[in-house]
Amino acid sequence: MSSSALARNAGDPARSSSDARLSVEQVSYAYSANPSQAPLFTLEATSFQAKPGEIVAILGPNASGKSTLLKLISGALAPLSGRILLDGFVTHSLTPRTRAQRIAVVQQESRLLFPARAWEFVLQGRHAHSRTLRFESEDDVIIAKNALAQVGAADLSDRWMDQISGGEKQRVILARALAQQPLLLLLDEPTLHLDIAAQVDLLHSLRRLAAENRYTVVVVTHELNLAAEYADQVVLMQRGRCLRVGPPAAIYQRELLEQVFQTPLTVALGSSGRPHVTVVSER
Amino acid sequence: MRPLTFRRLFIQCFILAVILFVVVVVAMKFGAVPVSLYALGRDVLRFLLGQTSQISTDYGLILWNIRLPRILLAIIVGASLSVAGTSFQALLRNPLADPYVLGVSSGASVGAILALIATPYLALPPAVSALLTPMGAFLGAAATITAVYFLGRREGQIDSTTLLLGGVITASFLNAIIMFLLSTVTSGNTRGMAFWLMGDLSTSYQKSVFWFLGIGFFVATGAIYTTATDLNLLLAGEKEAMHLGVDVPRVRLVVYIAASFLTGLAVSVSGSIAYVGLIVPHIMRLIFGSDHRTLLPTAALGGAIALVFADTLARTVVAPTELAVGAVTAVVGAPLFIYLLRRGAS
Repeated sequence: MSSSALARNAGDPARSSSDARLSVEQVSYAYSANPSQAPLFTLEATSFQAKPGEIVAILGPNASGKSTLLKLISGALAPLSGRILLDGFVTHSLTPRTRAQRIAVVQQESRLLFPARAWEFVLQGRHAHSRTLRFESEDDVIIAKNALAQVGAADLSDRWMDQISGGEKQRVILARALAQQPLLLLLDEPTLHLDIAAQVDLLHSLRRLAAENRYTVVVVTHELNLAAEYADQVVLMQRGRCLRVGPPAAIYQRELLEQVFQTPLTVALGSSGRPHVTVVSER
Repeated sequence: MRPLTFRRLFIQCFILAVILFVVVVVAMKFGAVPVSLYALGRDVLRFLLGQTSQISTDYGLILWNIRLPRILLAIIVGASLSVAGTSFQALLRNPLADPYVLGVSSGASVGAILALIATPYLALPPAVSALLTPMGAFLGAAATITAVYFLGRREGQIDSTTLLLGGVITASFLNAIIMFLLSTVTSGNTRGMAFWLMGDLSTSYQKSVFWFLGIGFFVATGAIYTTATDLNLLLAGEKEAMHLGVDVPRVRLVVYIAASFLTGLAVSVSGSIAYVGLIVPHIMRLIFGSDHRTLLPTAALGGAIALVFADTLARTVVAPTELAVGAVTAVVGAPLFIYLLRRGAS
């Protein structure tokens, strides 16, 4: 199936699911502080599918439901309706342990209570694969070393986590996710605290890792251009609604993005053949 | 990369066990009646060889019937408080958590006193009523940690300062209840305020109590130890731990119950001894790192060493009078608490 033939709108039932690893099927969610009150936030039925090696960007302004969708995919939240399948298993009904063997989540930041070295941190990714009370095996050490090497952080191995830069830290956090040997890699605004070089570096690594290890990657972001440059599919969200699903070229239309992000902008084709967005100042 | 191996863990524990042995020998030697090292060594040897009949009776009485049981009590209480402190620190993600600071010890005291008050009214066989005090202490501890946990929550997250304040307030409230109960309800056969509020190890207990304490300690600590790697991940927060494969609700339940039980055990036989659960895990973390597979056993041994040492000081510094051991641990612990609080704030 060519990428241009991917479903343009949410919930296209015609799309075959045989080659999909991740399948989000008509998933909705409602959040309310008090069950008797009207929900404060709702996520309307959302569907998309992703294959191994594919990067999906969930894109949208603040409070559009991006992070909620990611939490649903990770299995941390149970959907109100619909289901999310990873290789045929409903993610929410897996035990934390089996889930962690299949899904790795990279959060915006990881705060440690007591100092730890980078290698200790990466070895934590092996937790779901080892038995209770077991000491880390040589295999675990090799996997952790490889994970650090894959993100170009082998030299950080013996450094303390609280003494490395934001970009270096993000790479170590990513290495821990790789050490989980997941099928699905979920990232929640991974570029938030990074400078532009580190952002490009991180997404470049993701692109390479997805291809090498056949991960399915889902990344939440509001960086329009990074998503356009690195994603195979974009899920465009606004106020709890999934507006469009498709390749960046199909999603990046001026009127649509202006309406979603509430700002005048222009869309042009970049040198890589992917769309490029420039925000236009009204003054 | 140097992951923990069983060999390294064993060596670390062995070194601490040797230190504990030395401290125990020193504690046997010092006291109101001086005992020479030679006589002590000879008696220990005879004891180990089973020649107890050859030990001179007055020494034997002091060493085996007075000092050794008290040292054993210090070992179990110190280890229990230290393991409980380590567990609370990991679960609440607060390096200043400790059974005493959080008011859990006071809660256990209230439970124990209530059980002591109730015992005469319940026609129970002596074996069962002997267990009533530690069970009351356990329930008191479990109820208190639950209350403090909810007091310390703000917008669904544990807030460090709110938690500590909640603990302090809970402790002062419970201490008032202890004073009320001791001055009005009890018939004079319970121990005094100094015991429940400060803690001391001078009470002598029957052999069966030691068995109960020992087995209880190993069962509860063993239960916590099965979650050691989970606790490592919980240090980064519950959400992150869950994503890494930790069954957070199960771990939380097991560790809260076991740590409350350990606090209850310690408090029912020694009152509220302050800061052991705070100081010892910190020192062990500085020496051996924060991996709970190492931290739990080393904190247990370290807690035993610290309390045997503190109790020896309590028995000897103002001899022939005795201090409450809680006074000694508080004198050392309170300044350290302030230091950690200031360091954490900066």
